[in-house]
Formats: sequence, structure tokens, C-alpha cells
Amino acid sequence: MNASAHPAPEFKNPVVRWIDQRLPIFTMLHGEYVVFPMPKNLNYFWSFGGMAMVVLVIMVLTGVALAMQYTAHVDLAFDSVERMMRDVNYSWLLRYIHMNGASMFFIAVYIHIFRALFYGSYKNPRELVWIFGVVILVLMMATAFMGYVLPWGQMSYWGATVITNLFSAFPLIGEPIVKWLWGGFSVDNPTLNRFFALHYLLPFVIFAVVMLHVAAMHQAGSSNPTGVEVKSQEDTITFHPYMTVKDAFGLMVFLFVFAFFVFIAPNYMGHPDNYIPANSLSTPAHIVPEWYFLPFYAILRAVDFQFLWFVPAKLGGVLLMFGSLLVLAMLPWFDTSKVRSCRYRPIYRWCVILFVIDVIILGYVGGKPAEGAYVVISKLATLYYFAHFLVITPVVGWIEQPRKLPNSISESVLKGS
Amino acid sequence: MSESANQEDGVIRRDFLAYTALSMGVIGTGAALWPVIDSMNPARDVLALASVEIDISAIAVGQSITVKWRGKPVFVRHRTAEEITAAEKVNLADLPDPQTDSSRVEKPQWLVMVGICTHLGCVPVGQKSADAKGDYDGWFCPCHGSHYDTSGRIRKGPAPRNLEVPPYQFVNDTLIKVG
Repeated sequence: MNASAHPAPEFKNPVVRWIDQRLPIFTMLHGEYVVFPMPKNLNYFWSFGGMAMVVLVIMVLTGVALAMQYTAHVDLAFDSVERMMRDVNYSWLLRYIHMNGASMFFIAVYIHIFRALFYGSYKNPRELVWIFGVVILVLMMATAFMGYVLPWGQMSYWGATVITNLFSAFPLIGEPIVKWLWGGFSVDNPTLNRFFALHYLLPFVIFAVVMLHVAAMHQAGSSNPTGVEVKSQEDTITFHPYMTVKDAFGLMVFLFVFAFFVFIAPNYMGHPDNYIPANSLSTPAHIVPEWYFLPFYAILRAVDFQFLWFVPAKLGGVLLMFGSLLVLAMLPWFDTSKVRSCRYRPIYRWCVILFVIDVIILGYVGGKPAEGAYVVISKLATLYYFAHFLVITPVVGWIEQPRKLPNSISESVLKGS
Repeated sequence: MSESANQEDGVIRRDFLAYTALSMGVIGTGAALWPVIDSMNPARDVLALASVEIDISAIAVGQSITVKWRGKPVFVRHRTAEEITAAEKVNLADLPDPQTDSSRVEKPQWLVMVGICTHLGCVPVGQKSADAKGDYDGWFCPCHGSHYDTSGRIRKGPAPRNLEVPPYQFVNDTLIKVG
């Protein structure tokens, strides 16, 4: 399904033709985004990757404009952000788009990940697409975390303190690493400066990995709700105009939701404490990360006991948190079933839905204080998270009797199964 | 020497050269990267500001003050006689991180320590008389519920170690130098 399979038409525009003969970029675009064959049975879950891409572009554009007004210094950062909100033309809008854009990015990406989990998009031959996807998720988390530090409010400062302190959990190298991350003895001006530099850099790294993610995906073509590979041209429609129109409609609905938050509830997904300037001598009573980190924060806090005999509680939590992303990346190798789509997997479809509920429970307890029943729930939910990947997924793959697969995408569409 | 032995010999030599070249390349790249990495470590001006002098003459018995040292709060508490007795008579076997009270102070009435919870770096409360002081009448960390006693030792909760005692000395009876 590479570009050479779809020879480009003779371009009428002489400038386009001149460029294309020297750098066949128009031929490439024609092959990958005009006549590219897409399975004809895709549902709207397949639109969220494109939405995430659009949000990334919005984040870079608004971010560059905000960076022109922002001052990365502990004495000036908070005031420079307030100045944007009051004095700089339209900066309130750009900032609210950027703030809520981070949440919208994670919403799009989490739905995109759910689609891959449910329809088995991660399986052979798309394992590498999946791994690049997890890499993008990790980069997004790092970028979002550092961006949240920049306004230098109380949550910025104490979030940065708690998260960087995680690295002190590693024996011997922990303390030097934390001092190196800080560039001092606590989160301070050097830390703010480097976080700003990295927050500006990482989105472009994300862009590069998105290119790899998309290029690897175009090698095998898109997966589809049946999980049955495309067998003939009958099973496909061209990317343009069918997918472009459909994705554009999905994008419009998505942007309506985005606009709702920006204009009606811009601070709904934030914390009021971050409108108090950072104070290194007073910790807010209840430190909570942004909502998209809550499941991972719950896993981090779930370990409050010595793990075996050589892993203290703090290190155990850190290892499990990183491990939760590692097992996600290794999912293609834990899944032993030959059938991709949960449409034809009567047991595993419920396992995926239970897993989503488990992650939502983790997110809920992650936002609550670590006491009483929440501690027990977070431990059980963490156990289930790992059991889903390490036990349930491989075992269900062995014992499950999948439903009969359709012979082709066309057959499933025509019979309506 | 037979032909095959000659060949084998050649392969080994080539491998040796390739590995040597590769390791030199790795070492060279590492050496070139080191300045970039080390530039992120605490700079000289940051290190130079690493000590502070504290005047303790105005702190009454039972009072505490908080001073900033290396960007962190340092707690200086003028302890009452009851607090000192309470801290001294604790059975070391009851402590998660056993340390005698006398090893944590220069003079028993003055407790000096870094006010950073050893769990994830929050600032415990207990400096003001109205603050919650936890189950052991010392300090309490609101983030994840660690309780410290009147010697700043961890008694209950997720923190692994006692509150850190910074290096300090009495310059004279009313002045201490931290760092």
C-alpha cells in the first residue's frame, strides 16, 4: 500500500509539476491522502487520531504566541501570565485554548487508545505503530507536566516538587539525579528555566514521532472494526473525499466540545490553587495532579509497603507507575488471540470494558486523599490493572472460543453482522 | 599457516579494530556530551549561596521560626523542657528510623532541621502554635499523612526517614550558621 502503488496523475499546475519532478512530495500526498485505500467500514472511533493531530497543531500555534509573552523567571512568571490574562490582546483566549487544549489532547488520545484496545489495532502487523503511540503518550505526559509548572502557581510548584522527588526513590543515584533535575537544592529558577526550554522542545519531538506513527500505520493500512484485513478493492474507499469529509464532521463536533470548555468553563479542569503564586514555605493541603494523570498517580500511591525485601515503598510506587506504561507498550505480545476485534471475542470484549472501568476507578481514587477505603481501592485497582495485561489478556486469548469471522469486510457490511 | 586459520585470524583482527573504534566513538561522544549534562547541575552561584546565618536571640521558649536555606524551609525550634523530655525518653525500638534525640541536636533546647517531608517533599505543618502537630506533638505532613515527633523523627505514615538535620554550628550563643 505504499505510494508507488498509486501513480500520481499528471499534475496540471506547472509549478507543482516542476517541484514534484525534483521532490515527489505531491505524488506522496496524492498516494497517502487522496487515493489511499481505507477500509469502508470504519466508525467514528477512527476519527480521534486525526483530532489529536489537529489539537497538537493548535497547541503549537497557541504555545508559540504565549511564549512571546511569558517570562521564565520565578519572580516574574506568575505576573507575566496574569498580564496575558488582563493586558495582552486576545492572550486570555490563547491561554484558555492552550490550557484546555492539553485536556482535549488527552481526551482524544485516550479514546484513540481505547479504540485500539477494543478492536485489536495493536496486533501483528501494527505492533510498531502501537509502540510509537505509547512513546507519544509518554512524551505528551512529560510535556503536559512541564507546561503545568510554567505559570508558577502553588500547584505548579508543589506538583513539580512531588514529581521530581519521585526520582529520589532510586537507591544511590536518586539524590544526585534530583539535584541535577533541579539545578539546585530545590525546585527553583534553574528548574523553571529548563522546564520552559523542554516544554518548547518536546512538542516538536512529538511531531517527529507522530510522523513515524503515521508512516508505520500507512505501511499496513488502517485496521477496521471487523479486524479482518482488506482483501480486495471492494473492501475499500478512497481517503478523499470519504474519510476527509467524515473526519471533518467528527472534528467539528470535537471542536464544539473544546469551545464549550474554552468559553464556558475554562477553569473547570484546573485547580484554583494554581492562581496562588508559588510559595516554597507552604504546601497546599491537598496536592492533586491534572485529571489525565490521576490513574497513574493512584498507581504511584498504591504502594505504601515494603516490596519484597529490597524495594522500599517509595521506589515500589515509582517502578509500578513506569511499569504501567511498559506493560501497555508490550500489549501486542501479551495478547495471545489470533482474532483482532472484540466484536468477535465474546469474553475479551468484557475484559476490555472492565479494564476501562478499572482505569476510571484509578482516576477517581487518584484524586482523593490517600486514606481509609481509597487506599484499599487503589491497591485492588492497581492489582487489576497489571493482572489485565499479565494474566487476563494471555489466558483469555487461549481459552476463548471466538465467533466466526466474516470472510471479508464487504461480507460483514452487506450481512450487517 | 593454513588458509582457514589465516581467514579466522583476519576476522578477529577486523572485529577487534571495529570494537575498538566503536568504543572510542562511544567514549568520545560521552565525553562531548558531559558538559551539556553537567551544565544542568547546581551552578557555582547556587552553591555559593549555600549557607545562611540565623539570629535566634528573639525566639522565645516554645516558639519556632522558618528560615529559607537553599530554597528550602529550615525549622528552628526553641523547645520546651517537656518536649525535650518527651523526645529523649522514646524507646528507639519504636522508631522506623532509629536516632537518639541527642544525636539530632547540638544543644537540647534548639532543634534545627530541614522542614521537608522525607516522603515526597511537602512542608509539614506545626511551626505555628495553632497548627496541627500530629499524633506525636511535633509536625504533621498534610500531603500524605506523616507524623513527626518533638525531635522531628518519623513516627507514623509513609515517610521513610526522620526530618533531615542540616549541617550547622553555633557561631555564638545567639547566632547559628546553617550550611
